Amino acid sequence: MTRPAPRANLGREMFFDYEPVTSARVRERVDRLEIPFGDHGIDPYGIGKAELGFGFSLIEILYKYYFWVESYGLEHIPPRGRVMLVGNHSGGVAVDGVMVMATCFFELEPPRLAQGMAEKFIVKVPGFGALTTRMGQFPGLPEHAKRLLEDERMLMVFPEGARGTAKLAKDADSLVRFGTGFMRLALETRTPIVPFGFVGAGEAMPTIANLYGLAKLLGVPYIPVTRYLLPVPKPTIFQLLFGAPLLFEGTGNESDEEIEEKVETVKQRIASLVRQGRALREKRMKPEELDLG
Amino acid sequence: MRVLVTGISGKLGRRVALRLVEGGHEVLGIDRRPWADAPPGVEVHQTDIRKRQAEDVFRIHEPEAVVHMATVTHITQQNADRYRINLQGTRAVVDHCHRYGVKRLVFVGRHTYYGAAPDSPLYHSEDEPPLGMHAFPELADLVAADLYAGSALWRHPEIATSVLRMVYTLGPSKHGTLAEYLRGPRVPVVLGFDPLFQFMHEFDAASAVAAALEAGVRGVFNVAGPAPMPLSAIIKEAGRTPMPVPEGMLAITLGRFGMPYLPKGAVEHLKYPIIVDATAFRKATGFQHAYDESETIRAFAEAD
Repeated sequence: MTRPAPRANLGREMFFDYEPVTSARVRERVDRLEIPFGDHGIDPYGIGKAELGFGFSLIEILYKYYFWVESYGLEHIPPRGRVMLVGNHSGGVAVDGVMVMATCFFELEPPRLAQGMAEKFIVKVPGFGALTTRMGQFPGLPEHAKRLLEDERMLMVFPEGARGTAKLAKDADSLVRFGTGFMRLALETRTPIVPFGFVGAGEAMPTIANLYGLAKLLGVPYIPVTRYLLPVPKPTIFQLLFGAPLLFEGTGNESDEEIEEKVETVKQRIASLVRQGRALREKRMKPEELDLG
Repeated sequence: MRVLVTGISGKLGRRVALRLVEGGHEVLGIDRRPWADAPPGVEVHQTDIRKRQAEDVFRIHEPEAVVHMATVTHITQQNADRYRINLQGTRAVVDHCHRYGVKRLVFVGRHTYYGAAPDSPLYHSEDEPPLGMHAFPELADLVAADLYAGSALWRHPEIATSVLRMVYTLGPSKHGTLAEYLRGPRVPVVLGFDPLFQFMHEFDAASAVAAALEAGVRGVFNVAGPAPMPLSAIIKEAGRTPMPVPEGMLAITLGRFGMPYLPKGAVEHLKYPIIVDATAFRKATGFQHAYDESETIRAFAEAD
């Protein structure tokens, strides 16, 4: 008996047929991702070609027509091999994460998949959780991060976590406390860190308050309230600046003080990128004056 | 080697026995169930593993190695009795191995030991504790049996004990947890969830047990075959139709409308993956699976 041949390049669909809603450009780029997809269009972690095609086709609309991302320093992202993109987080609904994913997918040659370390509540959301995990956005567990890096993947890390996206619009360019787990992992796996600064999420999402009580009932970290009430970002131009890779020496078993010191270096680099992005945004600086380190 | 297989009359037990005979071993078996057409060279003693007659098999025949497969799941056995078979049975086997000088012991356990939960990582390593029992208490006795068998490693260091945490098996026997679940033409899934499932051909599972025995490895090992597949893809490739049911309605649907019955805790297993890292076992025994995921599903589906 012969097995029914999987349809052209895409694997199997999860909820409905993704084929008609997948753009040709996205499909071509999915095919060029350097991810070991198996016979069923699925990699060992369940990342699916079909879902990537579908998801990035939706993201493409946001990235091209709704938002606009001015990116700088893309040459600092290595074309292959383990790497950690580490940046600032703001804007209520992680639109920055989606835009970094889109930039890496649409602008890099060959395209790369930025795998985020998502909030754990996301996998519990029916439909959405399944789609995001199929797109390589796994719950943020150290086990996942370590395994993916050892598999030479590209990790996208926001050390501010939900504390970052919960910033109100007026604080969007500031940095809150950084977690230290990413640094221990980078040291243990000898992974270069590419710092990035993302500017504009505060304008996209004018958050004036967060609802924590209602959020607890719904099992999410918080619910942002914008000036126009709905937690929906407005069309915005973003500045995304990637700095030169930083490689730290160590084992990952250092004392908290030593780790904090290294984290501070990364945080300073990100703060500088955010400052420069802000200056570019306000036309106080020209792209050729950038210092990406 | 003279090998004693407990639970030999089960579908996987028979496969293991045949595989061991092929490998030139002398095979004895203990099971409460008969094996009417057992091949020559396989001697089946029909008794309960916890009974005196079972101990006599150890004393009289002095097996050099034991494969303990006489554990039961919630599918075949309801509560109290299941606990006793799984725990006291495992205790009896370990005790007899110690008393009658058995050199190698293989405990065949399950990868569901780790449990399915939203915060459990893909690719469990053997040092991880079980995290799913609060949601699925029907697994408690199998988890306890696994840990009890593992304690033989320090209580009886003279026995080379290996505890295998094996992924779901699938194949022509149409027997086992995954096969039961895929039995009907319509297979219930939780709406909005599509976890990865890890499974291997039952012939490969038998080869893995034999490989553990022949290598005489010591320790706890995850055992897996081909790369995991999304549940929906497995259902479709097996020629079944996935029936997405909202989680809140599963309780009234399961066991009705031609859908299989599943205990409440099993719902977590339809939402979140249990995926194990089996590299340690491959390295220790040299085991390689012979059937890929499609061949395995076909072997199951074509036995209809």
